[in-house]
Amino acid sequence: MSENWEPRIMAFVCNWCTYAGADLAGTSRMEYKPNVRIIRFPCTGRIDPLFIIKAFENGADGVLVSGCHPGDCHYTTGNYHARRRWIGFKNLMEFVGIDTGRLHFSWVSASEAGKWVDLINRITEEVKKLGPFLEYRRLK
Amino acid sequence: MERELRDTARRLLEDKTVGVVVGYSWNRKKTRTTPVFVTKPEDAERLIFNPLCVNNLSVYLTRKYPDVRALGRIGIVAKGCDIRNIVVLMAEGQIQREDIYIIGMTCSGVVYRQELWEGELKPEIMPTKCHNCDVRNPHLADTVIGERVSFTPPETPQGVVFDRIREIEGMSPSERWEFWMGHFSRCIKCYACRQVCSLCYCERCITDKNMPQWIETSAHPRGNLAWNLIRAMHLFGRCTFCGECERACPVNIPLNILNQKLAMVAKEAFDYSSGYDPEVHPPLRVFDPEDREDFIK
Repeated sequence: MSENWEPRIMAFVCNWCTYAGADLAGTSRMEYKPNVRIIRFPCTGRIDPLFIIKAFENGADGVLVSGCHPGDCHYTTGNYHARRRWIGFKNLMEFVGIDTGRLHFSWVSASEAGKWVDLINRITEEVKKLGPFLEYRRLK
Repeated sequence: MERELRDTARRLLEDKTVGVVVGYSWNRKKTRTTPVFVTKPEDAERLIFNPLCVNNLSVYLTRKYPDVRALGRIGIVAKGCDIRNIVVLMAEGQIQREDIYIIGMTCSGVVYRQELWEGELKPEIMPTKCHNCDVRNPHLADTVIGERVSFTPPETPQGVVFDRIREIEGMSPSERWEFWMGHFSRCIKCYACRQVCSLCYCERCITDKNMPQWIETSAHPRGNLAWNLIRAMHLFGRCTFCGECERACPVNIPLNILNQKLAMVAKEAFDYSSGYDPEVHPPLRVFDPEDREDFIK
C-alpha cells in the first residue's frame, strides 16, 4: 500500500433525503473527503444487496448505504423494508468475513448536511486504516 | 405404515380426490429412494416410506414443474420438514391449500445422505435438522400416517451445523473469509442448490439475467461468491433448513451453515421461524417500525 493511497467509497443514497443532504452540503460550501462516489436511487427500498456486491466486485474499498430516517420515507415505508433486508445482509457479509468497517448504513435527512460531511470523513478514515480491499480484488 | 400409505394413495386416486400422488419409491436395485409420480390406483403399491426418504418433494408443487401441476390436484407424501416448505409456499401465495392434499408422515429422522445407510438409523448418520426437529408429527396435513412420535428437541439447538456456526463466529474476519473462499472456490455453478430448493421458484433467476450480467456465470471465485451470497440472501427469512441444497451440492459446500446462520438472524431480529404458520407473513414482506437499527449510524 503506497503512502498516498486513497480509498474508493461507493455511496448508495436515496433521492429524497441523503442525496438532498449531500446537495445541501455542496451548496453550503462544506468541505468533505472527495473519496466518495454517490449513486442516487429513488428510495433505499430500491437498493438491492446485489448492488453492494457489485460495488465490491468493481473495486470499491468501502460501501455506504444511506436514506431517510424511519418515518420520513417519501414512499412511506421503503426504508422500513430496506432496514429489514440490511439486518440480514449485514450479518451475512460479516459471517463470510467482510470487515464491518467496509460496509456502513446510515440515515441522513435532507437538512443534515453536517452529518453527511462527518459521516463521509469518518468512513474515509476508517476504510483508509483498513487499506485497499485486496481480498476481494484477488478473487479475479 | 407403508400399507396404510399405499391404501390411502389408492383410495385418493380411485375417488379422484387427487390426480397424482407424489411420493417415494425404490430405485431398481432397491438401494436408494427416488421420487415417484403415481397417477394410476394400481401403481400405489410402488410407494414406500423409510429413513432413506430424504428428498423434499415440495419442490414439485412449485411452478418449476408445470407438468406435475397439469396432472390435477396433487397429493404429496411429506415429512414434517417438507410440510414446513409447503407452508412457506402457501404463505407466499404460490399454492392454495385446497389445490394440494398433504399425506403427512410421522418421522423418526432420515439419513443425511443415502450412501450412509447400512440398514439402521443411528444418530450419527442423521442430519442436524433431525436432531432438533419439532415437526416429527406433521403440523399441517390432510391425513397423518404412522404412529405418533414422542420426541422433544433440545432446548438449545445442537448438532454439527450449530457447532460450526459458533466456531465460525469465533473466527476473525480474515479467517472467516479464508474459510468461505476455500469452500466457494470449489463451486462449479451447476445450480443444483437452486434447482432442488422448493423456495427458489423464480421463473427467471437473477443469475440467468444477462442484460446486465448481474452475477458472473463462469465458475471463478468472484462470481461464485456473488452467487452464494445472493442465493443465501434470497432465502433470508424463508429457508426452513431442510438441507436439500447441501445434499444436492456435488462439491460439498456447507450451505446449511450459511442458511441456518441467516435463519438464526431472522429468529433473533424478527422472532420469526419459517414454515409453521401459513397465515404469518414472511419477515421481509412486512416490517415493524421498532425493528432494531443499532448498526445504522
